[in-house]
Amino acid sequence: MKRVITVTVINQSGVLNRVTGLLMKRQFNIESITVGHTEQPDISKMTFIVHVEDENKIEQLVKQLSKQIDVIKVNDITDKSIVIRELALIKIVAPPNLRMEINSIVEPFRGSIIDMGKNVVTYQIVGNPEKIDAFIELIQPYGIKELTRTGVTAFVRDAQVKPTAQLSILQ
Amino acid sequence: MMNAQVQLKNRALAPKGSEEGTKPKQNGAALFIESLKKQNVEIIFGYPGGAVLPIYDALYQNPVKHILARHEQGAIHAAEGYARVSGKPGVVIATSGPGATNLVTGITDAMMDSLPLVVFTGQVATTVVGTDAFQEADIVGITQPITKHNYQVKNINDIPRIVKEAFHIASTGRKGPVLVDIPKDIANTIFESEVDDDAPINLPGYQPTLHPNFLQIQKAIKAIAESKQPLILAGAGILAADASAELTEFAEKQNIPVTNTLLGLGSINGEHELFLGMAGMHGTFTSNMAISNCDLLINIGARFDDRLTGNLSKFAQKAKIIHIDIDPAEIGKNVPTDIPIVADAKEALKALLKHSIEAPDTKLWHEYLSECLAEYPLWYDAKEPDTVYPQQAVELIHRITNGEAIITTDVGQHQMWTAQYYKFKNEHNWVTSGGLGTMGFGFPAAIGAQFAKPEQRVISIVGDAGFQMTSQELALLKEFNLPVKIVILNNSCLGMVRQWQETFYEERYSSSLMPVQPDFVKLAEAYGVKGYRINTIHEAEEILTEALLSDEPVLIDCRVKQLEVVNPMVAPGKGLDEMIGVKKG
Ligand SMILES: Cc1ncc(C[n+]2csc(CCOP(=O)(O)OP(=O)(O)O)c2C)c(N)n1
Ligand SMILES: [Mg+2]
Repeated sequence: MKRVITVTVINQSGVLNRVTGLLMKRQFNIESITVGHTEQPDISKMTFIVHVEDENKIEQLVKQLSKQIDVIKVNDITDKSIVIRELALIKIVAPPNLRMEINSIVEPFRGSIIDMGKNVVTYQIVGNPEKIDAFIELIQPYGIKELTRTGVTAFVRDAQVKPTAQLSILQ
Repeated sequence: MMNAQVQLKNRALAPKGSEEGTKPKQNGAALFIESLKKQNVEIIFGYPGGAVLPIYDALYQNPVKHILARHEQGAIHAAEGYARVSGKPGVVIATSGPGATNLVTGITDAMMDSLPLVVFTGQVATTVVGTDAFQEADIVGITQPITKHNYQVKNINDIPRIVKEAFHIASTGRKGPVLVDIPKDIANTIFESEVDDDAPINLPGYQPTLHPNFLQIQKAIKAIAESKQPLILAGAGILAADASAELTEFAEKQNIPVTNTLLGLGSINGEHELFLGMAGMHGTFTSNMAISNCDLLINIGARFDDRLTGNLSKFAQKAKIIHIDIDPAEIGKNVPTDIPIVADAKEALKALLKHSIEAPDTKLWHEYLSECLAEYPLWYDAKEPDTVYPQQAVELIHRITNGEAIITTDVGQHQMWTAQYYKFKNEHNWVTSGGLGTMGFGFPAAIGAQFAKPEQRVISIVGDAGFQMTSQELALLKEFNLPVKIVILNNSCLGMVRQWQETFYEERYSSSLMPVQPDFVKLAEAYGVKGYRINTIHEAEEILTEALLSDEPVLIDCRVKQLEVVNPMVAPGKGLDEMIGVKKG
């Protein structure tokens, strides 16, 4: 199963190495990993997507990570109400005569054009990973020249109550 | 001309501040030694080299007892032996590159067996780190998975804090090795500012849990009160927490039998009537049947290592499991646990001892275990009347020392026979490499143990092969007149490897026989150490009595039966209740 894990760490040199090294030693499969600063100057946050066989494995992962001296907090946020975002840059073969058509696909995904050449256009798409997967599938037939994804970063929502119908409209 | 040069040189040497009468300014190395002294370091095991020259110079001027080993591996195993018997962190210094990489085996060994070590390595100057400079090795990267934590000092101001943190981390919680890498230029830098040495340690990510959770203790008490066939499995966590007295009191109070892991030996008197012997691969039949048949297994400070559990799917199938461990990550890692208790073993036992637990009648259980002990004791068959059987040698050593010596071993058959036949009277007397199974460990570990306990008799029981991995440390016995007794159980082979080849590879002894061995007696003599040779059981009685009770360092080359095997055994992949070799014949 797929789990989303956030790890709050002290921003020391080598801490990323420690954390990924540990995952490798204990044979965990990382799908994606992102790291960045937080609102506190010395604290960074990592977000992992890992594949594990069962609950027991994920418990081990959380415990082993927590044991690291530079790790302050580990959370498995998979089952919480969360916001997940990833960014993708996609360079597509888009000769002028096809651009309108391609733009009509990009628009519903709220993608934006960030670079343009004679025959190629680079789009930026932000969203949860499934949205990006869907976009890639639709745009594939036009010819993807280059593609890069950041991996996901995630946040626990403030309101952990089950969203009512009304609230979900606001989302 | 000459004079001017000398003058110039002298000026450069004079401490800067001294002219104005202020405190002379220190360099990083001097600050480092001072930080060590603040940790009450009484002994360092080390080996110098280019990158640690400033540190050795500072040591020269502000001495801490330093033992110059003959190989960095010898130094670190000595530090492990010191840590094991004293409970204090062992301190090691080595130079960059090859000095540092020679420590890797010892660091891993300490990590596996939770021994507190603080290891300092020199590093090339920060200005050339990352350029493959002479004797540069990325020791922080290399030791990342084999240390509890590690550091590279990047700023001289950090030295006091990092040293303090390193000792704290190594010796609290689940103990382990911490490495601090010190670039040469930092050791040379003149220290300008004042540091606040009394600043409290601030490690927000490191807060070991020492006290057990109240509710979990209640659950444990209920389980004990309901159990008809309880068993305590005591591991090295008892020793690390200094909790032997509490363990014995608890076992006696509740009348619960006790078994040990290899590393847990000594946590209860080996001749206590509740003690069943060691469990696991070469454990006693009774201990393994006790684990297989108990209805409650109280694991205190053991990590359910595979050499203990055998096939996990057959392990303690009838039992409810209580697991007390200071490391939460060990709980549930290998064996599903019903009642997890994260705590220091001593604190947990104290909490349990506070309650009077009304226990049910366990008479039948004790009867069953007594029958097992009577029917299936440890056994060997000394068929040849003159030959020394290795088990006999260990029994003799036990008898002569009254079970009170500090015993270190290397790894192999002799290690298992020692674990089986030496019944430790006291805690902290047993030094062996369990998790990593490091050949070459035993002898230098005895040196460290003897430095820690100069008054106690230290005996190192080693194999003929493993001893040769670190025998160069013989030089230290003479140099410091350390009365360590080395007993080589010499079977002219890699006994344990040969045993597996006999049992599982149809006696194809591939690279496991060593027909040509050095003359160990002469080797000892070359280092100025008295050597003895034993060929017969009669000589064994006589020479062991004389040599083990002497006040000098001695080496005893004890020739033992070559083709002997360690019995009984749980074959790999088998359950604890499927032991082979349980009876004579
Ligand atoms: C450094 C290292 N290399 C290899 C091994 C594998 N090994 C385990 S026991 C053993 C044989 C040890 O022979 P000896 O020291 O003579 O002890 P014996 O088993 O004969 O008592 C070997 C090679 C090991 N444990 N450690
Ligand atoms: Mg041998």
